[in-house]
Amino acid sequence: MSKVLVIVETDASGPKTSALPGITAGQQLATAIGGELHLLVLGASVGAAAQAVATAGFGATTVHTVEHAELSPFTAEAWADAVVAAVRELGATAFGGTASSALREVVPRVAALLDAPVAPEVTGVAGAGAFTREISAGRAIARLEVEGAPYGFTARGSDFAPAEAGGAAASVSALAVGAISRRGTEVAGISKTESTRPALTEADVVVSGGRGMKEGANFKVLEELTDLLGGALGASRAATDAGMVPADLQVGQTGKVVAPNLYFAVAISGAIQHLAGMKGSKTIVAINKDPEAPIFQVADYGLVAKWEDAVPQLIELIKARKAG
Amino acid sequence: MKILVTVKRIPDPDENLKIAGGAIDTSSSKWVPNAFDEYAVETALRLAENVSDKKARLAEVVVLSICPKGQRQHITQFLAMGADRGIVVEADDTAMDSQTVAKLIAAVFKKEGCDLLIAGKLSQDTESNEVAQRVAGLLDLPQAAFAATLRWDSAAGSLSVAREVDDGVETKNLPLPAVISVDLRIVLPTSVHNGASPDDHKYQEGARLASLRGITMAKRKKVDAYSPADLGVEPTAKLRYAEITPPPARAAGQIVDSAQALVDKLASEAKVL
Ligand SMILES: Cc1cc2nc3c(=O)[nH]c(=O)nc-3n(C[C@H](O)[C@H](O)[C@H](O)COP(=O)(O)OP(=O)(O)OC[C@H]3O[C@@H](n4cnc5c(N)ncnc54)[C@H](O)[C@@H]3O)c2cc1C
Ligand SMILES: Nc1ncnc2c1ncn2[C@@H]1O[C@H](COP(=O)(O)O)[C@@H](O)[C@H]1O
Repeated sequence: MSKVLVIVETDASGPKTSALPGITAGQQLATAIGGELHLLVLGASVGAAAQAVATAGFGATTVHTVEHAELSPFTAEAWADAVVAAVRELGATAFGGTASSALREVVPRVAALLDAPVAPEVTGVAGAGAFTREISAGRAIARLEVEGAPYGFTARGSDFAPAEAGGAAASVSALAVGAISRRGTEVAGISKTESTRPALTEADVVVSGGRGMKEGANFKVLEELTDLLGGALGASRAATDAGMVPADLQVGQTGKVVAPNLYFAVAISGAIQHLAGMKGSKTIVAINKDPEAPIFQVADYGLVAKWEDAVPQLIELIKARKAG
Repeated sequence: MKILVTVKRIPDPDENLKIAGGAIDTSSSKWVPNAFDEYAVETALRLAENVSDKKARLAEVVVLSICPKGQRQHITQFLAMGADRGIVVEADDTAMDSQTVAKLIAAVFKKEGCDLLIAGKLSQDTESNEVAQRVAGLLDLPQAAFAATLRWDSAAGSLSVAREVDDGVETKNLPLPAVISVDLRIVLPTSVHNGASPDDHKYQEGARLASLRGITMAKRKKVDAYSPADLGVEPTAKLRYAEITPPPARAAGQIVDSAQALVDKLASEAKVL
């Protein structure tokens, strides 16, 4: 029976939340090709995490593991060695997962070694080897078809619901693979943006600021609005380039793609590259002092005002509503 | 040191897209360089030069494009910016898959004996985000995608790359030869350090413009042309864009006249508060 192999990124206790949409895409693809879902967990020591994935089931037959010192921390080189071996060993038809920064680095490398095509950052499964995705900064929707097997895919997190635990537990099976190596590379460290807020790509509400915020300190007022709504903070390229907020808060074609229930674009003009990352949001609010700003063309509600006036007022009004 | 920079031509992303008959009509498009590739060339030039000694060159910068015959204006533009040489593989790159593009680039990298490939993070039109990673795989080389800053240690023959990842910035050290792809912030004023230019030097933000002298010089720089067959590569198209349609339009929104009106609408109409 044909197999769909989904690479599941894990932390110590189980699958990362960000990996769950990729599992859903794998389930849909397995259904489309009439095949089985298999999961792959990689790392230096993955026993507990793989067991948690297996217990959650997710409709998968088997959770395959590869444990090797070179697999932690993540490098595309070592992970590609493991994934290539797994795809070959299992004879998988398709391989992929959520379009995280890690899988966007590793899936094409694997595909090159297997002489395989990749359907990148897909937004939907349209059949066996057929997918939909956005191109040209969201200005066109493409239906693409891959030829032959195996093929790779990465699934855009905002377009697939997180997979839910359920069904029979999967079995866990260690894969024997050949050499795994980082090719002499070394991960010197990772500086994480610490935040107590929900992840940008998982939040129900996102409040983003742009160049018009003028400086980092001014984001305080946006943070206040964000926290009042239990949301995540985002930004345009202009704001991240200027160092007002960390780069990983950038929303857009080359940043995060978000689709929350409620999106605030404050002092953001609405360039197509920004729109590409947020126009799937359910309700969009734009606050901009320029009535001609293109952001108003995608906003459900637009307020022509300076943020200095509008945002503090908004905070007070929402607080008053909440109080009672 | 020899740096290969891959550069692609794309339909101008600032023009309106014409979608007809299930495809994008590019017959009247203006073709421009992919922005990430302008950044890649700027990165290579910063690595190759010593800003305090204009004559000192630390590396040769070779730009490579796979594009139809007679459509190499973007190569000329990058030579005018300061790249040393050009290579074109004459073929319709829109009819081939990323694997073919990667094989062609890998073949040139080997033939030229390069030390570093700098590619853009993605093509602004197809947004594949694949080619650099594929080339690294084909050549069995170390890779660092999404580079935001670079520090080159020529004595150690290594490169330290800060990469933008989902939850922060990862620093990865690579031995050369290697492959990197550059992200937007690689062209901020202090993103590239080569050990020769003063460490606190501030570049202008963005890719540099060609000087008049650069434009004159570009005409004299060498550009080699190959066919895919010259490089021993048989083009494939294992990925097909079967149909392209415009995205669904968003329903027209409304302008509200006060913060109070906004809060009322969000609560009663959109029901999100
Ligand atoms: C290859 C490439 C990739 C890109 N990727 C991305 C991406 O992923 N994400 C992204 O966001 N951009 C991206 N960009 C950049 C994009 O084209 C725009 O330049 C950017 O989005 C502009 O950011 P901005 O709206 O904050 O700034 P601006 O366009 O300068 O807009 C600032 C806005 O603030 C308003 N304003 C000023 N003062 C006030 C005030 N006091 N109160 C209220 N409003 C005020 C102004 O009216 C203006 O509309 C990319 C560009 C390229 C070339
Ligand atoms: N036809 C081409 N010619 C030269 N370089 C290319 C070509 N296509 C893609 N590239 C390079 O690969 C990078 C990533 O492109 P992609 O994987 O298509 O998103 C681009 O930024 C270019 O540096």
